[in-house]
Amino acid sequence: MKPGIDAAGLEAIARACRVQIIRMLAHAGSGHPGGSLSVIDLLVTLVFGRLRLDPERPHWPDRDRLILSKGHAVPALYAVMARAGFFPEDRLVTLRKLGSPLQGHPDRLALPGIEAATGSLGQGLSVAIGMALGLRLGGSAARVYCILGDGEIQEGQVWEAAMSAPRLGRPDRALHNLCVILDENRIQLDGFVKQIMDLEPVVEKWRSFGWPVMEIDGHDVRQIDKALDQAEAAVGGPTFIVAHTVKGKGVSFMEGDPEWHGKAPKPAEAIRAIREILGVSEGGWDEHLKRDPALSVLVAELSSLEKR
Amino acid sequence: MTTKASRAAFGEALLELGARDERIVTLDADLSKSTMTIAFARAHRDRAFNVGIAESNMLGIGAGLALAGRIPFVCSFACFLVGRFETIRVSIAYTNANVKLVGTHAGIAIGEDGYSQMGIEDIACIRALPNVPIVQPADEVETKQAVAYAVEHEGPLYLRLTRQALEPVSPPGYRFQLGKSVVLRPGNDVTLIASGGTVFNSLQAADRLQAGGIKAEVINAACIKPLDEELILASAGKTGHVLTIEDHSLAGGLGGAVAELLGEVLPTPLKRLGVHGFGESGDPKALYAKHGLHPAGIADSVTKFLDRRGNCTGSNMPGS
Repeated sequence: MKPGIDAAGLEAIARACRVQIIRMLAHAGSGHPGGSLSVIDLLVTLVFGRLRLDPERPHWPDRDRLILSKGHAVPALYAVMARAGFFPEDRLVTLRKLGSPLQGHPDRLALPGIEAATGSLGQGLSVAIGMALGLRLGGSAARVYCILGDGEIQEGQVWEAAMSAPRLGRPDRALHNLCVILDENRIQLDGFVKQIMDLEPVVEKWRSFGWPVMEIDGHDVRQIDKALDQAEAAVGGPTFIVAHTVKGKGVSFMEGDPEWHGKAPKPAEAIRAIREILGVSEGGWDEHLKRDPALSVLVAELSSLEKR
Repeated sequence: MTTKASRAAFGEALLELGARDERIVTLDADLSKSTMTIAFARAHRDRAFNVGIAESNMLGIGAGLALAGRIPFVCSFACFLVGRFETIRVSIAYTNANVKLVGTHAGIAIGEDGYSQMGIEDIACIRALPNVPIVQPADEVETKQAVAYAVEHEGPLYLRLTRQALEPVSPPGYRFQLGKSVVLRPGNDVTLIASGGTVFNSLQAADRLQAGGIKAEVINAACIKPLDEELILASAGKTGHVLTIEDHSLAGGLGGAVAELLGEVLPTPLKRLGVHGFGESGDPKALYAKHGLHPAGIADSVTKFLDRRGNCTGSNMPGS
């Protein structure tokens, strides 16, 4: 973990980002809340706890790279980037609107800080491998992180990439600067992964392709951070982390429900979701809002969407 | 200057350029002996990567290498490379990664291997991407210059190369420029626009036509995208009759590009020569003859095209 931040700090940021995810999606009227909420703790722990980034210099050559291959969860990345200072937080509500740099799926040219266009599933790992290799060739110490979705790894290109990464660059430029994280939330658009096209045994599959594999709770920032420590200490090749997550994590009516893969919350649902994320009871909500003027404004803004 | 396949000239150019520029890397999918990157790979083992028979992954890795400051040449047969269009579309084009796509074994001219190995829809696919120039050199000189240009060009670029040997056609002192075509032979009666492997045949067709009193202007369109609109419009305006000759599907290739240009700016009678339907196995010369891409076939098409125009007036116009 970076100096000056601890687990409680990361958890607080993750909560705030969850609120922004819900807010953005309610404004946009479309998007993918389930996978955004399952990946947010991973993104927050990476960006605020680990990555060497400079929002003032998004193209700094020795920055660490983060590729969100499951590009549909980009609202989570936007929330994190805004919080980190890549762009003003008030721009989040332009998500998916004409002319916004916050495209429905990541667009490298539209928004500095996005490392690659993703969202056509199965492509991000190959790009991450190329980046890791290129950085090694250029003598940079920068690291590359790639986040895959579990439905996503049904794509064939992922397995071409899985086959290649532990072999490429060896022996002098092995890709120990590459860490791949699987956001294993067990749900894809059409339903449960197990029912659509079961991936098990996932861990054994990656191990058999030559990857050291760790398994963690993808919502526990301490576990995430510890796994990232281990990945960073690895020599000889890339590391794979299976992060067990819950789709829609933090919002009771979204958790574990395939319906919320790609459906935006209506304003009233968004307000309820935010209340749950903040851990406030229904009865205590009005009192809570009185004590938090900024949140009160945000809720009023969402309520006004109802009237449109 | 002797005959040489553009893939062979590419391999030589890459070896030379790679020695001077550390950023250049190659990616192959088990075809480095065919794409001719093998010489570079032997000279620069640490900068040549063979990913096995996995083109999509190769393309993505190329994008990543480019985004990390390398200049990757990503090479395979044109059909296998562009067949992974979705990866080119998002990881390379939309990302604007500085990847040099190299598709060899273009067209039916590969002959005996048959359709599954023939790149005949690749130009149509790549043309649809807004930011990927398409360069198809016609001989050794032009190929080497095009490869050198590709290194300098910022952004993705598609280089379409032949398996078969190409006769020298470039004029003395020729300099390749993106978006520029060159008139190899001036004429007033008809414009022949060719690219890559069909350029020499078009020149030979022009010889035959000359014997019959028809002066054909022959243009080498090495740059299929962006097209040299100025040169083509000037020639079409002068001759009033345009033929395109290419080893590619009739849909969406050089002929399609020229048709779009003329249709919008200067409607001119146009005949497109190219590949009908799927390709098939056969002797390359026999295949070119079947599709009318050999000198006699091109000359014959020109004659018929001009005769039809001359004989038809008013309500007898074809299509009226």
